Amino acid sequence: MEVTRTKLAEGVYLTYLPARKFKTSLLSAQFVCPIRRETASAYALLPSVLRRGTVRYPDLGALSVRLDGLYGARIDYTVRKKGESQCVGFVASLIDDSFAPGGERLLEPVAELLGELICDPVTEGGRFVPSYFESEKTNLIDAIRSLINDKRDYADARLLQEMCAGEPYGISRLGSEEEAQRLQARKLYAQYGELIASSRLELFYSGGAELARVEQALQAAFATLPRENVQELVPTLPHTARQTPRSVTERLDVTQGKLGLGFTCASRDDTALLMGNTLFGGSSNSKLFLNVREKLSLCYFASSVYHRAKGIITVSSGIEFDKFQAAYDEILAQLAAVREGRLDDWELEGARSVLLNAYASMGDSQAKLENFFLGQAATGQEETPELLAQAVRDVTAERIFEAMETVSLDTVYFLEGKETQA
Amino acid sequence: MKQTFYERIGESVLRETLPNGLQICVVPKPGYAKKYAFFATRYGGMDTRFQLDGKWLDTPAGIAHYLEHKMFDTKEGNALQELAKNGAEPNAFTSNAMTGYYFDSTSRFEENLEILLSFVSIPYFTQESVAKEQGIIGQEIRMIEDNPDWQIYTRMMQALYSASTARTAIAGTVESISHITAETLYECHKAFYAPSNMILTVVGDVDPVHVTDIARRVLPREGGPAIRRDHGTEPEGVCQKETRKEMEVSCPQFLTGFKCTPAPDGEAYMRLAAVGEMACDILLGDSSPLYQRLYAEGLINASFGGEFEMMPGVAYLYAGGDSKDARAVAAAIREEAHRLAEGGIDEDFYQRVKRAAFGASLRGLNSFENIAVSLTEGYFHDYDPFRFPQVFDAISKDDVAAFLRENIVEDRAVLSEIVPKGA
Repeated sequence: MEVTRTKLAEGVYLTYLPARKFKTSLLSAQFVCPIRRETASAYALLPSVLRRGTVRYPDLGALSVRLDGLYGARIDYTVRKKGESQCVGFVASLIDDSFAPGGERLLEPVAELLGELICDPVTEGGRFVPSYFESEKTNLIDAIRSLINDKRDYADARLLQEMCAGEPYGISRLGSEEEAQRLQARKLYAQYGELIASSRLELFYSGGAELARVEQALQAAFATLPRENVQELVPTLPHTARQTPRSVTERLDVTQGKLGLGFTCASRDDTALLMGNTLFGGSSNSKLFLNVREKLSLCYFASSVYHRAKGIITVSSGIEFDKFQAAYDEILAQLAAVREGRLDDWELEGARSVLLNAYASMGDSQAKLENFFLGQAATGQEETPELLAQAVRDVTAERIFEAMETVSLDTVYFLEGKETQA
Repeated sequence: MKQTFYERIGESVLRETLPNGLQICVVPKPGYAKKYAFFATRYGGMDTRFQLDGKWLDTPAGIAHYLEHKMFDTKEGNALQELAKNGAEPNAFTSNAMTGYYFDSTSRFEENLEILLSFVSIPYFTQESVAKEQGIIGQEIRMIEDNPDWQIYTRMMQALYSASTARTAIAGTVESISHITAETLYECHKAFYAPSNMILTVVGDVDPVHVTDIARRVLPREGGPAIRRDHGTEPEGVCQKETRKEMEVSCPQFLTGFKCTPAPDGEAYMRLAAVGEMACDILLGDSSPLYQRLYAEGLINASFGGEFEMMPGVAYLYAGGDSKDARAVAAAIREEAHRLAEGGIDEDFYQRVKRAAFGASLRGLNSFENIAVSLTEGYFHDYDPFRFPQVFDAISKDDVAAFLRENIVEDRAVLSEIVPKGA
């Protein structure tokens, strides 16, 4: 994979990936800043307010007319958490120039619009248009509340909140409802000024255009971006491990229970932990899937995620309420099996090939590439997917068992039904 | 193999029909590391009543989905494991009228393709393995029953249709699946998994000749008879105007559905799909005047959206999202449809939406899964989905206005709501 990283201005970086095989080009602009309780909701709100209108296209209608005319180009706002950084901005997708029936150039006008959304929002009396601010604030509060609608996502988020309470990693990408309720129009405009002047701007392009053309289009688009006070990225700190595991139980009116387990990993051998987690619960061939779900029918789903930047592993499962103890015991028994190297012959190579397949196919999806390289930039990593794949090829069974030996239970989260339920 | 090149979208498809009736499509994708195979049968959640060996069978709701789960069992163990050992990511889904099995992999593609074709064509169930699956699928059903999006959609379908099996929940219920036996599963497999009822689509940088060779070698030599199905005789009117359920949700949600006149298979099917999609965008898409107005008034938020869907004997347009006043939004949609149908659609607006629709369809070709599913749908309904630019060219704003006039009216509308507990 041919990746070029260039510095376009103070704290403005472009990751450029040429590719002609797609029907579309993807262009992304993301501000990266430390996630903090006091600013998370404000920064989460910003791109949605900016997406409402620019000086030249002052409302959604005018923006839609413009985007439809560019063959249905899309510009979506995004709010993500990468390590302990919050990333907010826009991702644009436009059809490749070669498919434009009129032979139009589409990259330049889309880059220009992206720049306007960020640098040139429509304002009234020195702040955002009040009706835009109010309705997007309501939408943000609704989005935070609606997390509860999907019980699996809700349980996963609650586990992280409880496990990393007091650490930035425990803060939701959208912040909290309380902080969102407190947002004010005038203050938000000031926070907007701070964000765009002081945060790293990560630009990303994948598509058929030459590097020089992309640089030129983006330089023109962001020519007026203030850059007087750009802050360094803040590294993600490892989780502070608990001496005794903490248990949290919550009750809601649901028919299926959710059991989440959080583990700390003392080892810093990332690749070994990644492989260990894939063996444990990271694929449809993992110990959790095959044993807890398939063999014992204890849950409908059971899987685990290795949070590389934070050095933790979390398990997510859906169970019947009365299976709590059985599922809990079995999940820990499967972890012990990985630790002690109780693996069938195929398991190690199977896990390795799942990861290698994921790295190899990453170049086939513009969205995955964008998300991967943003994560790398935000957490200060530089490896390409190829280098990570090489590390996976090189990791030995001994290193995996050694690394998994340092994995210890930290937090247990259980979501169960209301007792009054008939 | 017969190759067709589609110049306007820069794609080509190689097609061949084997003597056993299996249709094969290969879409070459040079430059991609990933190779994708999709093996599908024309059999889904709505095919519960059908004729096998001259006799009508009534099978339990959810059986197609149940069969999908059980197909991964092989005499040697589990096909999921075998594929995953090779680094492939296998999966499957069951929709109303289709069951599809697929994987993608970056290495050992041909070996994986053999495994896929083999496990889908060779059933292996025992009474014990069928009984055990009841626990797993029972959990899956409970999980989706907790999901408000699923509830609101399923209840809308049950309000729209009174007889059509389009109203049947694809996974069935915990009760209905308790009647499933190994014997019924074998019968369903025999009826619907004959090569003549199936299509294999491969997308990626592969050798098309090897693909057909593998299919010839692994699959049965004989096809099967066409299976008659009974999807119910659906009356014209809707079943129930309104339905409402309380759930543990943060804010009220709604879907309003419109029962539309379906189209027969062939070119007409694809044309109706395009007209319905355009009608949906013009009536309530992101850039429509209605969307702008309702968004500005705070009656809808970014969750709002609509779709036009078709399945055998059935077509419907629906829209919804979070709203504090579902009735007002539903009424506004009907009024706007009336205004567009009677007052006509602005030509500039129409052209703009058409441009955007072209861009969206083109974007869809980045996804291998989307390509394979489109080709499969097209094959089952006898049209060529890659001719979408020509079909868009052939429809006009008057076709869209006529569609709205006929279908988006009070008589054909239902409202499905989910509201917070105690609201």
